Amino acid sequence: MSDLENFRLETREWLEANCPAEMRKPVRDDDDVYWGGRRATFKNDAQKAWFEACRDKGYTVPAWPKAYGGAGLSAPEAKILRQEMAAIGARPPLSSFGIWMLGPALLKFGTEGQKQRFLNEIARGEIRWCQGYSEPGSGSDLVSMQTFGEDKGDHWQVNGQKIWTSYADHADWIFCLVRTDKDNKYKGITFMLFDMAGAGVSTKPILLISGNSPFCETFFDDVKVPKSYGEDCPGFVGEINRGWDVAKYLLGHEREMISGMGGGERTAAIGTAMKRHSAKTGDDLDPMLRTELAMFDVDALAFTAMAEKFMDEMKSGKGHPAQPNMMKYVGTELNKRRHELMMSVGGSRSLEWESEETRGGAPSRDWLRTKANSIEGGTSEVMLNVISKRILELPGA
Amino acid sequence: MPLYHSEDQAMLADSASGFMADEGNIAKQLRHYRDGGCPDGFGHKLWHQMAEMGFTGMLVDEADGGLGMGHVEAGIVLEEIGRNLTPSPFLTSSVLAATALKHGSNDLKGRYLPGLVSGESVFAVAVDETAKHRPSRITTRAEKSGNGFKLTGAKSFVVQGASADMLVVAARTSGADDDEDGITLFAVPKDAANMSHDAVRLVDSSVASHTKFDGVELDGGAVIGDVDGGREVLNAMLAAGRIGTAAEGVGVARGAMDMTIDYIKQRKQFGQVIGEFQALQHRASHLYSEVEIARAVTIKAQQLLDEGAESADLMTSVAKAKVAKAAGLAVKEGVQMHGGIGMTDEYDIGLYMKRDRALQEFLGDAYFHANRVADMSGY
Repeated sequence: MSDLENFRLETREWLEANCPAEMRKPVRDDDDVYWGGRRATFKNDAQKAWFEACRDKGYTVPAWPKAYGGAGLSAPEAKILRQEMAAIGARPPLSSFGIWMLGPALLKFGTEGQKQRFLNEIARGEIRWCQGYSEPGSGSDLVSMQTFGEDKGDHWQVNGQKIWTSYADHADWIFCLVRTDKDNKYKGITFMLFDMAGAGVSTKPILLISGNSPFCETFFDDVKVPKSYGEDCPGFVGEINRGWDVAKYLLGHEREMISGMGGGERTAAIGTAMKRHSAKTGDDLDPMLRTELAMFDVDALAFTAMAEKFMDEMKSGKGHPAQPNMMKYVGTELNKRRHELMMSVGGSRSLEWESEETRGGAPSRDWLRTKANSIEGGTSEVMLNVISKRILELPGA
Repeated sequence: MPLYHSEDQAMLADSASGFMADEGNIAKQLRHYRDGGCPDGFGHKLWHQMAEMGFTGMLVDEADGGLGMGHVEAGIVLEEIGRNLTPSPFLTSSVLAATALKHGSNDLKGRYLPGLVSGESVFAVAVDETAKHRPSRITTRAEKSGNGFKLTGAKSFVVQGASADMLVVAARTSGADDDEDGITLFAVPKDAANMSHDAVRLVDSSVASHTKFDGVELDGGAVIGDVDGGREVLNAMLAAGRIGTAAEGVGVARGAMDMTIDYIKQRKQFGQVIGEFQALQHRASHLYSEVEIARAVTIKAQQLLDEGAESADLMTSVAKAKVAKAAGLAVKEGVQMHGGIGMTDEYDIGLYMKRDRALQEFLGDAYFHANRVADMSGY
């Protein structure tokens, strides 16, 4: 038996022994997954047991090196773990922006000291991070951001405001773009790391059209950000004034992640399920709606093939480096269309905002949430600009 | 299997691309035969050259003198045919008829396949009976007559029917017009008595026939597959033809798109290159996305068909519908972005629009295939 086959069997056994039955049910709400952090609590014992088992095995971040809290799995091993977890419907043991965003940035740009400290904290779910990028005046034009850190020798004094900070009100630390040179647009931003519990940091949740508040406004009022947290552990990632390089890398990583989901449930065909749904409510599918569903399914299934091709090409180093922008554009637009159709099929029932039958208005809230898909992480219009410039090489784009 | 071309397939794509650009290009083929009023609508010399390249017998088994390749490989050639708008019997002969003949007797194979492989023969398929593709309804009848059959009925959209040495004809040997069973496929030779063609030139300069069978006598040896069991052969032939048409459509889409992107990088108005206008950039980028996706799902369906996967039929319809939408967008945006010059016969972009229209209709348009996706998905 090959090592990989062995690994698969061991993994299967380990999951069988360690993943509680409750943790194999689909995720319905945000708190069905553990997010970690100083103030975190477990929803139930099963969540705690599952998290702790994975933490001790390095499976909260399986592909990170063991020294930083991971399991040091190779890419094929990590894929096997993902497959085996998917096979039993296992929930992620830990979710966080530390895992998805800051971790990859530190692995690429961080010092050894930063990796030792911050990656281990992330892997063990001890510190919950949030991302400070957008500002009220800087959305798509992110580089125009003005939150400013005045150089005070051993620290910066930061003043300004961020917006769309996901879960800032639950976060412990922030990775934050701060302007450190007002005269240099691209080479005047520093990627800082600091504690949200420090003086001068305040957050205010933003109520969205979905009725939920996953995002905050975050205010900085004379916040003191140390340049160093000790030996080989600076308070910023990469170089001072070169934070844009880190931010750009992370944005690319984010789009890749979003587009990598293309083959999943979000964009799969829906006609069959919609027919079943309307039969349950005693409705017939309107022939025109059936047509729309069929046209959607054609696009969704075709995109599934595109997602597979995209992933295959990425793995083998083929494909255009700007392709994630195309995947993000098409995938998010499809998801919006999907929810429009689901609302139409659901009829008046899907308008319900609070009923038990709709699990608290899930259809309408989810539908409204999807409207952000083509805005966050780069708008569809910005994606089209990038395709024009980098793939089609159109002039002036 | 990864969803991109293997090294061998990439090499084939290189040689097909070079060959079609050199020999199958618009000036040498499409315009030449169109302007010369050629009754066939394609050139036999190129067909022979394609045989020398090994293209004509790609899908023919090695035991029968072919290359024993699959739909991914045939699709590679078809994409280049589409890109160059090359008129050729490849789709009807080497894809559709060749797929049907796989189910034929050794005698039929021996009679027809050598001519296909050598580029001597051209085949056509006669399936449609009305202006829309509706193969579930077959009214052309083949009645038992002595040791053979007598074929009566009418077919339309028989591409290159009048030029073909043999026609694969779907006829009813039992049951009612809309029955699933009771279909038989026949290989009808060109010199069969009581067969007549009304050959008509189409918008894309290809030639298709309204073909009449007025008591055409056929012997039992003309049957492809089993009597009354032809639906399976017909479905296999249609699946091959549909994914082939999709591949050619991808080529048309890419050809039209590349030409258009090049054009908006050159054309100046208001003192600037029009490709600098965001109004055009966003449409071009959207088009690029659609064409990439259409190509991905086409390759996916080709692979599934070659693997004999259960989902091949569904994905073939997805691909045919998606390509129809994407290629339709490519040619419409192509003409619009070219402006006035796009309306002239002298400029090639209009030829792409014409070819796309014909390919959309061939073997089922986007509506037919989207409907089929819904049917197959149970809604």
